Amino acid sequence: MTATSPDGYIGRSVPRREDRRLLLGQGAYVADLVLPGMVHAAFARSQLAHARIAAIDLARAAAEPGVAFALDGAALAREMPPIGGMQVTAPKGWAERVEHRIGLPPQNLMASDRVRYVGEAFAVVCADSRYTAEDAIEAIDVEFEPLPAVVDPETAKEGEILHPDIGSNAVAELHVEKGDVARAMAAAPHRIRRRFRHHRYAAMPLECRGVAAEYDRRTDSLTVWSSTQVVHWVRKELAAALGMAEEKVRVLAPDVGGGFGGKGHVYPEDLIIPYLARRIGRPVRWVEDRHEHILNAAHSRDNIHEAEIGFDDEGRILAFRDRFVVDSGAYSPVGAGVAYNTTAHLLGPYHIENFSGTTEMVVTNKTPNAPYRGAGRPEATQVTERLMDIAADALGMEPAEIRLRNMIGPERMPYAVGLPYRDGVPMTYDSGDYPESLRRAVDEIGGVEAFRARQEAARAEGRWLGLGLGCYTEGTGVGPFEGATVKVDASGKIVVSTGACPIGQGHETVFAQVTADAWKVPIEDVVVLLADTSTLTMGYGSIASRSTVTSSMAIGDASDKVKAKVLAVAAHLLEASEADLELADGRVAVKGVAEMSVTLREIAAAAAPGWLSRRPEGSEAGLEATSYYEPPTVTSAHASSASRTPAGCGSSAMSRCTTLAGWSIPGSPTARSRAGWCRVWAARSTNRSNTTSRASC
Amino acid sequence: MKPPRFDYHAPESLEEALDLLADSGPDARILAGGQSLVPVLNFRLARPGVLIDINRVTGIAGIGDAGDRLTIGAMTRQREIEVSETVARAAPLLHEATGHVAHLPIRSRGTIGGSMANADPAAEDPAVAAALEATMVCRSRRGERRIAAAGFFVDVLTTALEPDEMLVAVEIPKIPAGAGAAFAEISRRDGDFALAGVAAQIALANGRVSDARISACGLGPAPVRFREAEEILLDGACEPAAIAAAAASVAAACDPHGDVHASAAYRRQLAEAMTRRALASARERAGGSA
Repeated sequence: MTATSPDGYIGRSVPRREDRRLLLGQGAYVADLVLPGMVHAAFARSQLAHARIAAIDLARAAAEPGVAFALDGAALAREMPPIGGMQVTAPKGWAERVEHRIGLPPQNLMASDRVRYVGEAFAVVCADSRYTAEDAIEAIDVEFEPLPAVVDPETAKEGEILHPDIGSNAVAELHVEKGDVARAMAAAPHRIRRRFRHHRYAAMPLECRGVAAEYDRRTDSLTVWSSTQVVHWVRKELAAALGMAEEKVRVLAPDVGGGFGGKGHVYPEDLIIPYLARRIGRPVRWVEDRHEHILNAAHSRDNIHEAEIGFDDEGRILAFRDRFVVDSGAYSPVGAGVAYNTTAHLLGPYHIENFSGTTEMVVTNKTPNAPYRGAGRPEATQVTERLMDIAADALGMEPAEIRLRNMIGPERMPYAVGLPYRDGVPMTYDSGDYPESLRRAVDEIGGVEAFRARQEAARAEGRWLGLGLGCYTEGTGVGPFEGATVKVDASGKIVVSTGACPIGQGHETVFAQVTADAWKVPIEDVVVLLADTSTLTMGYGSIASRSTVTSSMAIGDASDKVKAKVLAVAAHLLEASEADLELADGRVAVKGVAEMSVTLREIAAAAAPGWLSRRPEGSEAGLEATSYYEPPTVTSAHASSASRTPAGCGSSAMSRCTTLAGWSIPGSPTARSRAGWCRVWAARSTNRSNTTSRASC
Repeated sequence: MKPPRFDYHAPESLEEALDLLADSGPDARILAGGQSLVPVLNFRLARPGVLIDINRVTGIAGIGDAGDRLTIGAMTRQREIEVSETVARAAPLLHEATGHVAHLPIRSRGTIGGSMANADPAAEDPAVAAALEATMVCRSRRGERRIAAAGFFVDVLTTALEPDEMLVAVEIPKIPAGAGAAFAEISRRDGDFALAGVAAQIALANGRVSDARISACGLGPAPVRFREAEEILLDGACEPAAIAAAAASVAAACDPHGDVHASAAYRRQLAEAMTRRALASARERAGGSA
């Protein structure tokens, strides 16, 4: 057995467990799955932005050679419920604290009476190859009656109504306010109002999406492989839609080639493909091609902000009002969460007493809008930081100076923001020195004064240099929960399973590091099981940059429970007091008496049920525990970045401080957990490629 | 993104390929590097009944020196041209232009013959062929036909090739002594199709322009030489004023289209800027001072 690292594994660079198979081309993705008797699915997708389906006839398509099954959206709708209402619901505290009106449209799994965006599926064909399936798609007889397309979010309300059941294209409105914005704005010596457009983005992972499913008639169970970030979520929706027990549905994510949030929610195909596998009694695989991905995988951002700030001669922001419209596309798979995330981040690191944020979500004939990296935060930061620059310019003030004058200083920590977070909990920034973070970033590029001198000199030569600053504070490690099961198996290995779904981040390595340190065992003795619902009863998935924090906390807590059992059994075997024992190098020894020890393998054998069990009388058999970590709310991270142009020959510096807002809440985890979180953060840092200089932690 | 059904042939000799082409009629398409054809097949925008894959055909690839010209086999990969010292020395315009063709993996598969026969208006190779008065060597079962570049590129994606003809080689006249060439291009991202690209070659004799060649890609349905601009330069010193006049002439004479990537007016502006850059570099390389 290799010795345990004396300094532990967290914070050290260790070889990535994933790399060997991935670098040798031995990774296995949904598209690599070949199941006996498998058929290939292809979808007929709308080429019109908005149209009524006047008639559809699949007879010719179904009769094509090699076609096993063909189904249209209306027929599917008779058997499977729409997706709407099954997705993320508003947390209770949020609903109480944010004024809202939400009437989000349900999304049929396939368009049944009208298509609402280019790329929306209206029929599916299963055939002996993808080629044959696409041939059959061309043989579908369909008649569309085009409807006027709604493309401009600002005039969407006057356009053709997409969802007659909702009755309006304005499907949600959210409002939060603190202080008295109207009064403060009116009284402000200076006011600036600007319009900001944040265009559409689309996640573009190397691997597109994909789903394969196999139905086992004997056990009436389904196995589903999906290129997803949320296996448990897929299982939940699928079991509900098919009326099956969750335990009869197993969802796995094999190797996943990136996601960027775009694979972070349940898509219609996640439900349709398993439905088809059960319906036709053969395994079905659908691999999204790039063309489909661009049209059909969720897009993001797409906001138009009308923002106004009032400020005094010294540059202090007295009032901030933002009203923005979110172009949701045809449906809103994750509801109002992203839109509110934008509002929650508008104040960023600044102390502004009077604020109001109003959001209108509209539906248009575009691809549905859902989280993508940052999930609403970059939109907010763009607005606030641009306003800072514009106000500085109006006052002839340095952009860094106006930021420093408005930043929440360390003396104000913990700082109650005065608005609820997306999870409904009132936001509290509990520590951090934001001004110092900005000062360090500016120092890293040589300081403002030196830059201005260089800028002057360059301008004399006809060259234009620029200085860009960006500061933000964001909520991280969001809930609602993550689960982990930890056990010591008969071989003495520590086996860990959690709901995290790796998409390339290195989860297998990170959780092995965390577990090896929690157990003081060599990292080789840790088995990490991920992205498989059969290994964990309840999990949530990898979204919002949260997995290292939330899974690691659950792993730590479950480990503590199992270690207590381990020590009890060891004490019994060694006839010693638990207080005199210590766990290290895969064995429990009497402190200072190395020869008096038992290995984890021996302890596991003793803890097993049965005739050979040697566990203490009355104790429960087995070494296994499950924990669910429910963060009380988010922690807050801050970064300031400074960069000077021209692009390509500039330099940039980023200064980051991570604070632990969540821990200031009464009843939140103990100091031990806080230390654990810091160590987890360290582990996470070592697995990130960006260089950050942390101002405080 | 899967192509519809087609019959696939992979002949190993030119004669076999030409027989297949003649026998298949206009429903056949030749598959060379596949960098343009395969995507349009997958999008089902092209639906040939027969695909003749000439990647195994021997004798139609390679760079040969034929005295006053280079003979480049149609199946020569663009990457081979890009790294060829022979091409760099004897046809620097082709060499420089090839570096602008898409990305390395695409150049590693793409062929000069495929690019010429595809005749994409934004492609670099046809513009070079037009500027240098290349000769397209075409073969069919009926025999050989040699087509001057000026008559080869007919319209958008349209050439003078008959359905039974295959382009087998491109003859590129070598750059004369005392001449300089340059290729300037703008695309939205490096490796994208050109918004506008200009090919120029200038020959100087006693400080005077004895020969001028200007053509472009992305600025009309097919590459053409800009004769009026060339006339402006002839017998002059190719000084900045002349270059500016020639560039203005190209901008006036070109026939760009507007699309989602750039408006016609912007492309016309690029035509002028690219012409200026290409001519200034070409003149400098020809030994004249800027």
